[in-house]
Amino acid sequence: MTGILTATLTVLLLALIFGALLGYAAVRFHVEGDPLVERIDALLPQTQCGQCGHPGCHPYAEAIAAGEAFNRCPPGGAATVQALADLLGQAPQPLDDPAGIAGSVRVARIREDECIGCTKCIQACPVDAILGAAKFMHTVIESECTGCDLCVEPCPVDCIDMVTLEPTLDSWHWTAPEVLIASDKDRGEAA
Amino acid sequence: MQLPGRFPGGIHPPAHKERSTQQPIRQLPLPEALILPLRQHIGSLAVPCVAVGDHVLKGQCIATVNGRSGVPIHAPTSGRIDALFDHPVPHPSGLSEPCIRLVPDGRDCWTDCQGFEDYRSLTTFQLLERLHDAGIAGLGGAGFPTANKLRTGVESTIHTLILNGAECEPYISADDMLMRERAKAVADGADILAFITRPQRVLIAIEDDKPEAIAAMHAVCSERDIQVVTLPARYPSGGERQLIQLLTGREVPSGGRPADIGVICQNVATAAAVERAIRHGEPLISRIVTITGDRVANPGNVEVLLGTPFSHLLKHTGLSGQADRLICGGPLMGFTLPSTDIPVIKTSACLIAASEAELPTPPPARACIRCGYCADACPASLLPQQLFWFANAGEWDKAEAFNLFDCIECGACAYVCPSHIPLVQHYRHAKGEIRALRQEKTKADQARQRFEAHQERMQREQEEQEARRRARAEALAQRSTAAQIATDDKAAKAAAVRAAVERQQKRTATDEATVKRKQLANAEERLKELKSTLAEVDADSDPRRHTRLLDSIARQEARIASLRAAVESPSTDAERHD
Ligand code: SF4
Ligand code: SF4
Ligand code: SF4
Ligand code: SF4
Repeated sequence: MTGILTATLTVLLLALIFGALLGYAAVRFHVEGDPLVERIDALLPQTQCGQCGHPGCHPYAEAIAAGEAFNRCPPGGAATVQALADLLGQAPQPLDDPAGIAGSVRVARIREDECIGCTKCIQACPVDAILGAAKFMHTVIESECTGCDLCVEPCPVDCIDMVTLEPTLDSWHWTAPEVLIASDKDRGEAA
Repeated sequence: MQLPGRFPGGIHPPAHKERSTQQPIRQLPLPEALILPLRQHIGSLAVPCVAVGDHVLKGQCIATVNGRSGVPIHAPTSGRIDALFDHPVPHPSGLSEPCIRLVPDGRDCWTDCQGFEDYRSLTTFQLLERLHDAGIAGLGGAGFPTANKLRTGVESTIHTLILNGAECEPYISADDMLMRERAKAVADGADILAFITRPQRVLIAIEDDKPEAIAAMHAVCSERDIQVVTLPARYPSGGERQLIQLLTGREVPSGGRPADIGVICQNVATAAAVERAIRHGEPLISRIVTITGDRVANPGNVEVLLGTPFSHLLKHTGLSGQADRLICGGPLMGFTLPSTDIPVIKTSACLIAASEAELPTPPPARACIRCGYCADACPASLLPQQLFWFANAGEWDKAEAFNLFDCIECGACAYVCPSHIPLVQHYRHAKGEIRALRQEKTKADQARQRFEAHQERMQREQEEQEARRRARAEALAQRSTAAQIATDDKAAKAAAVRAAVERQQKRTATDEATVKRKQLANAEERLKELKSTLAEVDADSDPRRHTRLLDSIARQEARIASLRAAVESPSTDAERHD
């Protein structure tokens, strides 16, 4: 009898200890946020341009996780759509790119002699890529600019241009060779 | 000597080296102008330290670098700096980069050069500094700054210094001729390199199809501590990793450097340049270039000043007829030059003006038949047909998993492929895409961080503003409360508080109305401005700006309408606008 009692008590005690441990771990190692949203966000280009209809890439990631179409990010292009399709396990859709900007690398450039130093563009830039102070000439830090276009409209003197960057030796790389003959191409795609 | 190791694969293409080794190394007359690209190897652009119109002496530094990601550039002859401009550079892309144009004055007058016969009295770091300042970069391959490479050797323990004289690629004979004619300079350079890296042994590796070079090197190395090693001719035994495998029996780990296994490799021409730099104080301003191919009347090796256009070389070696293909570098690893006014740089070892019969345009590729010849030929033990399959299908992650980045782009696989698939170009394309994706990823991460920081800051600012406003209102209410407490009349106090609060509320309301009115005035003014700009802008000459202006006007008008509505009915203070 005491044997059964001891065994029951021991098991009960163990259950209590492990229960407390698990409860503690759940609080202590709690993971913030929805990991799916973060994984989607990691695939978006972080241009923060709002062309997807959301005020930035993270909100769009949340919307995708909630079921919105994932082909609405023109800066990301077809590659991002493909990556999202892979992540979500869905068939890729054609890119929704009404303005036709996918594929070009653009940055903002301020025509500095025309800048009146109004700081409007600084307030518009989501990634703090514009440098300047009130009544002084402003300039864009090209390496930080995501090419989102948001600074163009607020400028009262229209002195911001979006320029497409020409390839340099640093950005150039080999193109794919001419497509192979038809029979091989079919097989390559089937593989 | 029995070689301790061997590398897998390899091929035996016809060497075609005889015709360029019939004559000694020749010198060329000065060209009309030298074009010196500011970047002659991987790394950042050099910064010119001369201005247009300056007169410079031979050997004078004309462009410096910040940090160590490159080497300075020196004037190859005396003359006048004629222009700083963009010019096509020898690169497979055919793109232009900033260059300095130097017009020689014909006197070829040296600046002061201070050599050190007794270099052993200098420290290692002084020697490295001198090599950097002399602009020495690897003359064999990608032109990696020599001082940087040696520094990796100084930082770890080196047991073997290898001088690479294998020169395994067909057509090229520049190192062969250099060793035949300037064996002593090469050996002296090897001594200096050995003094810097302090290895246990120094080897000079030469393929057995260069008996004269082997004999010449033997003659000068017999009384020194340098061993001449003869390699059986097999492409690509001159590849750094393959050569190390042959001579030490050990493999450089994937993604690692030779110094990690205690080896350092230098080209023989680099050794000769090191000798000029240390013992004579002369910077790197010339190199030996092989000019060969069916269309060259008088093929051979010439010592040319850096910046000499290839057209000048062809003029003096005689171009018979029209070259069907102009190749910079060897037939396996080189690239086609789009024109002949491209200059010689530190890494240009060879120019081939070929006829169609000699290097025919490859026939169209056919399907891969999975014959496996490419895998047998690959010196890096890769599976070229698998890599091709992945690269062609854009499956970059799989290509990487199959060690795409260990491919040395030697072209052995494409050489043996019976289906004439341009395998190497597929690999180069895949590597480029993968690198671009990595870069994009870093850029996106950076943008995300900046965006989050920006968001946080905006929120903080807003909260601070809110807190300040609340504090002001409270202070005001308290002050009136304090005044009332003195009268000790509770009812009066309550009334006063109510009055104060009401005042405050009214003020905020009128404030908002004034602000709105002001905004309305501003908006109207801006609309007027926009309209007058619109009148000036010609829709045909600048349609982009024109539409943008129309856009702005429409937006501005909508804004004015909503503001006006708000001002006229002040009760709608709930409406907020940005
Ligand atoms: S469209 Fe712009 S804001 Fe939306 S996800 Fe793409 S880059 Fe981000
Ligand atoms: S500078 Fe302009 S285009 Fe560039 S990120 Fe900032 S707002 Fe976007
Ligand atoms: S050699 Fe060419 S055809 Fe043969 S397996 Fe390799 S890629 Fe395919
Ligand atoms: S090019 Fe690359 S894959 Fe082809 S044989 Fe050379 S190392 Fe191997």
